[in-house]
Amino acid sequence: MSLVFEKTKGMTEVETHYCPGCTHGIIHRLVAETLVELGVLGKAIGVAPVGCSVFAYKYFNCDMHEAAHGRAPAVATGIKRALPDSVVFTYQGDGDLAAIGTAETIHAAVRGENIVVIFVNNAIYGMTGGQMAPTTLVGQKATTSPYGRKVELQGNPLKVCELLTSIEGATFLERTAVNNPANVRKTKKAIKKAFENQIAGGGFSLVEVLSTCPTNWGMSPVEGLRWLEDNMMPHYPLGNFRSPGKDADKEA
Amino acid sequence: MEKLLMKGNEAVGAAAIKAGCRFFFGYPITPQNEIPEYMSREMPKVGGVFIQAESEVAAINMVYGAAGTGVRVMTSSSSPGISLKQEGISYIAAAELPCVIVNMMRSGPGLGGILPSQADYFQATRGGGNGDYYMPVYAPASIQETVDLVQEAFDVADQYRTPVMILGDGMIGQMMESVEFHEIPKRPLPEKTWATTGTGEKRPPNIINSLRIVAEELEDVLKEFQKKWDTIKAHECRWESVGVEDADVVAVAYGTTSRVVRNAVKLLAAQGIKLGLIRPITLWPYPYEAFDKVNPQARALLSVEMSLGQMVDDVKIASRGRWPVEFYGRSGGAVPQPDEVVDAVKKILGGAR
Repeated sequence: MSLVFEKTKGMTEVETHYCPGCTHGIIHRLVAETLVELGVLGKAIGVAPVGCSVFAYKYFNCDMHEAAHGRAPAVATGIKRALPDSVVFTYQGDGDLAAIGTAETIHAAVRGENIVVIFVNNAIYGMTGGQMAPTTLVGQKATTSPYGRKVELQGNPLKVCELLTSIEGATFLERTAVNNPANVRKTKKAIKKAFENQIAGGGFSLVEVLSTCPTNWGMSPVEGLRWLEDNMMPHYPLGNFRSPGKDADKEA
Repeated sequence: MEKLLMKGNEAVGAAAIKAGCRFFFGYPITPQNEIPEYMSREMPKVGGVFIQAESEVAAINMVYGAAGTGVRVMTSSSSPGISLKQEGISYIAAAELPCVIVNMMRSGPGLGGILPSQADYFQATRGGGNGDYYMPVYAPASIQETVDLVQEAFDVADQYRTPVMILGDGMIGQMMESVEFHEIPKRPLPEKTWATTGTGEKRPPNIINSLRIVAEELEDVLKEFQKKWDTIKAHECRWESVGVEDADVVAVAYGTTSRVVRNAVKLLAAQGIKLGLIRPITLWPYPYEAFDKVNPQARALLSVEMSLGQMVDDVKIASRGRWPVEFYGRSGGAVPQPDEVVDAVKKILGGAR
């Protein structure tokens, strides 16, 4: 019998706490596999956020640093500046990265910090129980937008990749999704390119991954995937926004 | 050794570099701007890193990240900026990481003013951020002492795996005095086996963390912290006492204010009044035992501060009811004058002498 799949050594044996149908697990695996495939697991240092992936420090089989809410890019800056030969990544959700940590995100990009940011966008605060996120869609109900997000009250959902395209230091920007096998593969490719960019000294890389939260969306896992396709993808178009050496194909 | 004329803030930077600090993350705020300016100029010359962060919040979190890798790292700010750093300081204390934080205090609350103050005493000595923690706090009274204590602070931070604060004020930061760079006594420093430097796939991952979700586990960790604090209290308390054994009144003052009191001591001596001085050099741990040497017949202890009365609470704890505790302070950026201290002492003595 030939081996067709095995758990990557980039992840520990700890069982994750994620809900059934949550796509964090897939994204963790893709990051871990990438570190192994690029041969950099031993010099990787990950920064975990506050949010659903707060326990990421237990799951990645490399040195990890648990940051305060939103501060992962600043913590990663300190690590990467101290150890320029290490491979440094943050793993952050939408509340962490696009609300409380907006300044840290933008300025790490402005400085062109040579780090990888994995940005998991599921349009809601999961860990705290389904509150409105900066990326919550218009009309989407959350426990702090019980009547649905209204533009006149909460504004429009923040498009992080588009926002970062105005920053020269952000040299790799791509939005992907993990809603089907083809997109999972594309996400893996994007994550790999992001880490390759760091290894080449290319600067700030961010991969935004559209993800599901069936628990707080109040859906089954399958319904969640469909909701992501029908609602998130139109507002958050997939694609590469910036790659080293070439202009964005999604800009304008 | 060569004597140099240095401004307090620049001396902080020079001492840090002398101590092996090669990473500085800061943000501009008066009256400590010469520290980041000095570091931006000098760090590149020694192969170090200077980053002007987007905020004090980001700066302290860069410190948190760098400290996790085991390097010597420092940040500096002044009162409102130190308030912003409290989140990060709490995490650094919880994760038991060594670093040095400099606060050149200005007046507050709020934006306050830019003139010297000692009104962050509570914040510095009672944790400041959320949760159960303390950190060693050094209060230099001269530029020479600043240079010595900044260097020692890095060793203390490494020895006990703790953030250490240098608590100066706008006066210490801005004034110029001559300094010499002494070799400070060597301490036994533990190897940083906990640092996130990459596993090399040769050891289990190191994790820098302050999240402990199970109550009993967190309590156990905090009990270990408490043992560490007790060790620090037993070994790191530092103070200077002048003429307390036969004093009529003993003033208690730290930093800039202690220098004002020294002038008052001379003025009063000329009038036959003995004013003693206890000058805490560590504010946490507080040198309570220094008070055991005070003349039992002294009429009172007098806390002199640039605040409306903060350290006076520790003086009351130290007194344990043995002496009345009085207070004289100026606030808002005003500095007590020697003749004001003289008047405060005479008032205690009833104006009889």
